[in-house]
Amino acid sequence: MQTTVNAPRPGGSVWTDPKVRAWLFQILAVIAVVALGWFLFDNTQTNLEKRGIISGFSFLNNSAGFGIAQHLIDYNESHSYGRVFFVGLLNTLLVSVIGIVLATLLGFILGVARLSPNWLISKLATIYIETFRNIPPLLQIFFWYFAVMLSLPGPRQSMGIADSFFLNSRGLYMPSPIPSENFAPFFGAIVVAVIGIVLLSRWSKKRFEATGKFFPISLGAIPLLIVLPGLAVLLTGNPLQWSIPELSGFNFRGGWVLIPELMALTLALTIYTAAFIAENVRSGIMAVSHGQTEAARSLGLPAGKTLRLVIIPQALRVIIPPLTSQYLNLAKNSSLAAGIGYPDMVSLFAGTVLNQTGQAIEVIAITMSVYLAISISISMLMNWYNKRIALIER
Amino acid sequence: MQIHTFKPDLPPPALSVGVIGWLRANLFSSWFNSLLTLFAAYLVWLIVPPLIQWALIDADWVGTTRADCTSGGACWVFVQQRFGQFMYGFYPTELRWRVDLTLWLAIIGAAPLFVPQMPRKALYGLGFLVIYPLLAYWLLHGGFFGLSTVSTSQWGGLMLTLVIAAVGIAGALPLGIMLALGRRSDLPAIRVICVTFIEFWRGVPLITVLFMSSVMLPLFLPEGMSFDKLMRALIGVILFQSAYIAEVVRGGLQAIPKGQYEAAAAMGLGYWRMMGLVILPQALKLVIPGIVNTFIALFKDTSLVIIIGLFDLLNSIKQATTDPAWLGMATEGYVFAALVFWIFCFGMSRYSLHLERKLDTGHKR
Repeated sequence: MQTTVNAPRPGGSVWTDPKVRAWLFQILAVIAVVALGWFLFDNTQTNLEKRGIISGFSFLNNSAGFGIAQHLIDYNESHSYGRVFFVGLLNTLLVSVIGIVLATLLGFILGVARLSPNWLISKLATIYIETFRNIPPLLQIFFWYFAVMLSLPGPRQSMGIADSFFLNSRGLYMPSPIPSENFAPFFGAIVVAVIGIVLLSRWSKKRFEATGKFFPISLGAIPLLIVLPGLAVLLTGNPLQWSIPELSGFNFRGGWVLIPELMALTLALTIYTAAFIAENVRSGIMAVSHGQTEAARSLGLPAGKTLRLVIIPQALRVIIPPLTSQYLNLAKNSSLAAGIGYPDMVSLFAGTVLNQTGQAIEVIAITMSVYLAISISISMLMNWYNKRIALIER
Repeated sequence: MQIHTFKPDLPPPALSVGVIGWLRANLFSSWFNSLLTLFAAYLVWLIVPPLIQWALIDADWVGTTRADCTSGGACWVFVQQRFGQFMYGFYPTELRWRVDLTLWLAIIGAAPLFVPQMPRKALYGLGFLVIYPLLAYWLLHGGFFGLSTVSTSQWGGLMLTLVIAAVGIAGALPLGIMLALGRRSDLPAIRVICVTFIEFWRGVPLITVLFMSSVMLPLFLPEGMSFDKLMRALIGVILFQSAYIAEVVRGGLQAIPKGQYEAAAAMGLGYWRMMGLVILPQALKLVIPGIVNTFIALFKDTSLVIIIGLFDLLNSIKQATTDPAWLGMATEGYVFAALVFWIFCFGMSRYSLHLERKLDTGHKR
């Protein structure tokens, strides 16, 4: 905020006129920024010329020539750097999404636990929160990766559960479903069931608002979800076949594998961020005054409905904005993957590709714009949700 | 006349007072709560005894090599043997007194600032802030007035972590305050510049900033002008952190009622004197806890300099665990690192809470 005295002093020169000064300052500031930009640009041009680096994005079409431990899209060594970029981007998004979902779940449980009337539970939640939010996330990632994951037994001595899940130092192996020719009718039945449930809940809501009669949706939904796909299986046969990992030679074949880097990163980010989310949840619940609970109870709402219909909707309004910044932090912290070599955006693209091509400016610019784009999309999504649940006042 | 004598009070029911009463109220108030208590107790029993067994009872405390760790628990000999490296990095052993002296000077110099009755505190504080960095640079780096040079590539361990955090906050604070003022300015061009700057740095992870400062800074600067690795990391950290400080300070500026601005303007104060004498002293007091929290985040973020190859506390420990003479000591090393970081961060967060309570005066009506 600035003074709003606009009339020039009588007898004062033009330099003491606030309007003139305001323009002058702004012009000077813009000139300074442009000059700095030009200085950097000019230096960069000279330096690039001297080192013989040709700037431009044509390197993205060159063949990468290195393998990647985890790729969600088809990839091999002959693919281009452009494809490496997408592999890294998908890996970053994968770890961010898993981390956000798990951290939200754990964080809400811990936040509620810290407010629990049960002394032991609330003390345990407090200890968890105070311990894990005061240890750097990179250190936690290192701990899970170097001290836990890499010291697991090798494939031959791996820990198995029910002969289908195997945990060893190469990762967690689990059965993967392979759709057979009977998958289409099965999938169709599930879609029909889901549509039926949506229609049912709409009808029951309308009826509830019109007549006040309550219809428990689960009474219709659960049979619908079991009967229809079950019928499809009975008529056409097994829709899925399972590929179970088997030890062959020195490693497992078949099934899905979670690489140890992914597990360590997800564990550390979840545990770290959950501690912060728990604190947001706690302050959100505490922000709802006790009178709200008492009013709801005196209207005759049972405890569960009081929580669901009165407390949580009001607490969410307080929780959502800080929760958004925690999600942003988690997405940005996923770049710590570079420390343990999980093939994410930063370690693949800003690490390996940069070292191989030397195109520092282009690579860093692309990486930074991706994170800016992720940050902006998460905050836009959360702002939209926040607006939807915000208190509508006069 | 009849005299009424009250009977003595009955003792409260045995089930609602004392240990049993407390247990009933806090642990077993309903069947669900009882289940939770039993579950939590099982969890504690599962985790705590083996942990104590490993870390304290079965641990080895004395010795010089890995062979002295025979009891199967934690091998704290490793931490003991490498303690010097964890604290000072590759700083020459015979010169480590300089690091110690720098730290003691900081503690002794800053101590009067925490005495409430100290007169002329602001003047002293300002003087300390001007003189101490020069003194610290002379002691740590040397190179003039008779102290031999210790290049920054030899700095490491906890000392480097503290240097990065301290320089980072000292550089980010003034820059952040200027950015916050710019963001609240009436001049559109300045506002746009500041908003762009702040939102850009807040949108990217610190790792990419460090990558940028280590690979792009040499390209940005004219020929012959170059910084060492530490300086590059510091520039990245300061720019990154100033954006976060700016947002914290902006919160304080927004909390100052409009009347304060108007009153200052009515007194005839210009922009800089209005900000310097009226607004900022109030706003900064409001956001001190927020600044401490930002500093805690910065302190944790210093561990990222491992990515560009600086040997801070975490990297020193990581290097030590890959030493063939001490293979398999990763758990001990990282637990020790976690303990050090935890003590610093937890201490600062307690201090921030204490400040919040102490400074919470006169703004609530």
